[in-house]
Amino acid sequence: MVNRFLAFGSLLLSTARDVLPIVIVVAFFQLAVLQQPFPNLGQTLAGLVIVILGLTLFLQGLEMALFPIGEFLAGALARKGSLIWLLLFSFGLGFGTTVAEPSLIAVGDEAARVMAEGGFIGNDPDAMRSYALALRYTVAVSVGLAIVTGVFRILKGWPLHWIMIGGYVAVQGLTVVAPEEIIGIAYDSGGVTTSTVTVPLVTALGVGLATVIKGRNPAIDGFGLIAFASLSPMIFVLIFGMVF
Amino acid sequence: MEWINALIDAFLGTLIDVFPIAAILAFFQLVVLRQRIPNLGRVLLGFVYVILGLALFLVGLQEALFPIGELMATQLTDPAFIAPGRAIGTLDWADYYWVYLFAAAIGFSTTIAEPSLIAVANKASDLTGGTVNGWGLRIAVAIGVALAITVGAFRIITGTPLYLYMIAGYAIVVLQTLYAPRMIIPLAYDSGGVTTSTVTVPLVTALGLGLASTVPGRDPVLDGFGLIALASLFPMLSVMGYAQAGAWMAARQKRRANALSRITSTPPQPGSQR
Repeated sequence: MVNRFLAFGSLLLSTARDVLPIVIVVAFFQLAVLQQPFPNLGQTLAGLVIVILGLTLFLQGLEMALFPIGEFLAGALARKGSLIWLLLFSFGLGFGTTVAEPSLIAVGDEAARVMAEGGFIGNDPDAMRSYALALRYTVAVSVGLAIVTGVFRILKGWPLHWIMIGGYVAVQGLTVVAPEEIIGIAYDSGGVTTSTVTVPLVTALGVGLATVIKGRNPAIDGFGLIAFASLSPMIFVLIFGMVF
Repeated sequence: MEWINALIDAFLGTLIDVFPIAAILAFFQLVVLRQRIPNLGRVLLGFVYVILGLALFLVGLQEALFPIGELMATQLTDPAFIAPGRAIGTLDWADYYWVYLFAAAIGFSTTIAEPSLIAVANKASDLTGGTVNGWGLRIAVAIGVALAITVGAFRIITGTPLYLYMIAGYAIVVLQTLYAPRMIIPLAYDSGGVTTSTVTVPLVTALGLGLASTVPGRDPVLDGFGLIALASLFPMLSVMGYAQAGAWMAARQKRRANALSRITSTPPQPGSQR
């Protein structure tokens, strides 16, 4: 029991170290550059304690739940030898983690507003809502397909960089022909899809697969799924912008 | 009371966020695999930790850091602060130096605290037995994000098109891919996506919108975007650069050690070559 408290305490300390740079930056700009006192200093400090506690709990839970379960399922599905189930699982994980992602919902609404102002879609709530929803599903499907592609790559042992370079060329080619309003949104949508819960699970999926399959090195072949998941939404949203 | 409400909201939000994932995991576990999960109790407790921890983390950020950070972003981009007494139209891009410094500092510090990056860095360090250093990786990524946000702020201020920066960035990524050590490449590509989640996005978005709405001739709707895109591109460059620097130093050290051993040791005997 004492040991567990000690372990938690040291984790708490290392988390405090992770958050410290933000504190320094905010304090420096507030006190030295803007030269203003802190509004609600007590509330800020209390919030900081909660941030550190929350991050510590999250990291602890990550080691206990997300990493083991992701690796276990990936390994079990690979040993089961059924490609269809493995790919379905990959798609489901990518689609399921993305479709409800709050930052994606925000980007979708923003995109609908931009397109309505640009006159590309009707400027009424219904048209905007259906546009935002269509965009969200487009991105979610694209992330699902990205994870499927990435898993397929691990199975086949293809080198990652040729696929990525091909993807970049596609992004640049589509940028030339896509409507200008969608470009910023498309580029940003790659970054917002990979949330805090998705990243560890998807990483565990890749690492778990690369561990089970003969001839794959988990450190080299296990990574790369997140890269696909941030590349493919750009391509799909650019295409989406041209079609709608 | 306000705190408790915010906490409950964040808790429910996280629950909704995690629900589809839990449903997929449960479906495959119960219907497709039909195997017992090892240490089921521990895993379930871990899920409780994840949800609770994430909710606390988000509430703490919302109550403590985001209001100040957002206020700061608005104040720093305010023409009255940048150059008091001068007309906004006469401002040069170089007058915004505090903005660049703030952009770099906030990009760096929020990336160090980014939970998903900590997760990936720990995993990479475990898998390689410490060859990829967790802290080194995180600092490399943070430097990348810091550069990205600074360049992004510069881009909004000067009004240059985003795709030029993206094309140049991609070209460098491709070039570096050819020369960087093989084992870092997938990790470098991944680090682009993991940097921008809970902590970085809200603060950076506030900065972008603040700039785009005060700099004359910028449209917040069109020019406010793009910071996230750069923040997912630049870490690839910095992580590959970090690995290249490491490989270069190791090679130089080896050369030096060889040269030293040639000087100090007796000449190698014939037949005992290594």
